[in-house]
Amino acid sequence: MKTCLVVDDSSIVRKIARRILEEMDFQITEAEDGEQALEACKGAMPDAVLLDWNMPVMDGYEFLGKLRQLPGGDVPKVVFCTTENGMDHISRALQGGANEYIMKPFDKDIVTAKFQEVGLVALPEQSSI
Amino acid sequence: MTPPDYEYLRKLLKDHSGLDLSADKQYLIESRLLPLSRKCGVPGIGELVQKMKAGSSSIIAQVVEAMTTNETFFFRDKIPFEHFRDAIMPEMLKARAARKSIRIWCAAGSTGQEPYSLAMSLKEMGAALAGWRVEIIATDLSTEVLEKSKSGIYSQFEVQRGLPIQLLVKYFKQNGELWQINPELRAMVQHRQLNLLHDFSQLGVFDIVFCRNVLIYFDQDTKINIFGRLAKAMEGDGFLVLGAAETVVGLTDVFKPFPDKRGLYRPSGARAAATQAATLMPKIAAMAGR
Repeated sequence: MKTCLVVDDSSIVRKIARRILEEMDFQITEAEDGEQALEACKGAMPDAVLLDWNMPVMDGYEFLGKLRQLPGGDVPKVVFCTTENGMDHISRALQGGANEYIMKPFDKDIVTAKFQEVGLVALPEQSSI
Repeated sequence: MTPPDYEYLRKLLKDHSGLDLSADKQYLIESRLLPLSRKCGVPGIGELVQKMKAGSSSIIAQVVEAMTTNETFFFRDKIPFEHFRDAIMPEMLKARAARKSIRIWCAAGSTGQEPYSLAMSLKEMGAALAGWRVEIIATDLSTEVLEKSKSGIYSQFEVQRGLPIQLLVKYFKQNGELWQINPELRAMVQHRQLNLLHDFSQLGVFDIVFCRNVLIYFDQDTKINIFGRLAKAMEGDGFLVLGAAETVVGLTDVFKPFPDKRGLYRPSGARAAATQAATLMPKIAAMAGR
């Protein structure tokens, strides 16, 4: 089973993300900030990280930089999921090593599409009519 | 919606647009026509139907338009666009090397995601297309969706489904909550209003035709007729791309499938069956006239 670390300082957002991703057959772990997320990754690298940007203690961008420096830290697919929807943030995230970027608000379709982009979810056999 | 109203709408849609709704698509009509009822200032579909029966051509036109628009998104189903990049375009670059020009038709261009996905794919091919002229013609029955397609403006939701973030950053400009595809890509797509039931020979001959998820709404005879006319509008070594749930197999032999490439077809060179053509043309002409 693929694992996804959901990183967001809002417990509501984490809950919604968990529900969506569990339906997509991911095993979920959670972190409230970048520092907790980093500790989680040092314990076990997840296959994916759904990453908020603005968080106390350590934000998503700083976490991303530190993650990619860890041994095996280049492996997880990092998908930002944030209210920061400006081009400047997106470009910075990509330059910082993010694989994809979701602008909040998000729904199941968007999460599915983005996780398909990074190769963590197979395409359906046929599209629905 | 009462059964008689549903039947009335089914027949009207079939006569005006060829759209063939099966018996269980009430939910589709409701989801599209309830908002339209509100917009027209009537309480519900029953009252909308009354106005249509009373002869309101404007409401009839709006109903047809509301029912014939499709949901679409960028790089829908992914695989056809991989075929485009990995199979179709490489072959076309060789086959058209002398002509250095390629004509592409998106026969249900809708709100533009499909033609613009092709435009982005072409841009991504970079120097391989230097000196080439590639035309993308996007047609649709609905003038409303064509206007949206021309504008190239999409919501935050729309640009997050199917579009890799790198392409969003590269080819779009942000304008508040909206995103607009760059002028260079808008310039690559020409838009025309077209009813597929009508003669489309004036569009010329194409190398590549995307006709995805629009024929599903037509009945079998109409599909066969359109396939016949599509084959005539294509070069013999051209490519036809259908939607994931569609096929020509069992309907017509004017196209032959690529066995290992789902959704991809090429003209077979066979002529459309004469008897089909003879009986169908008056019927199609009657349907198309409005």
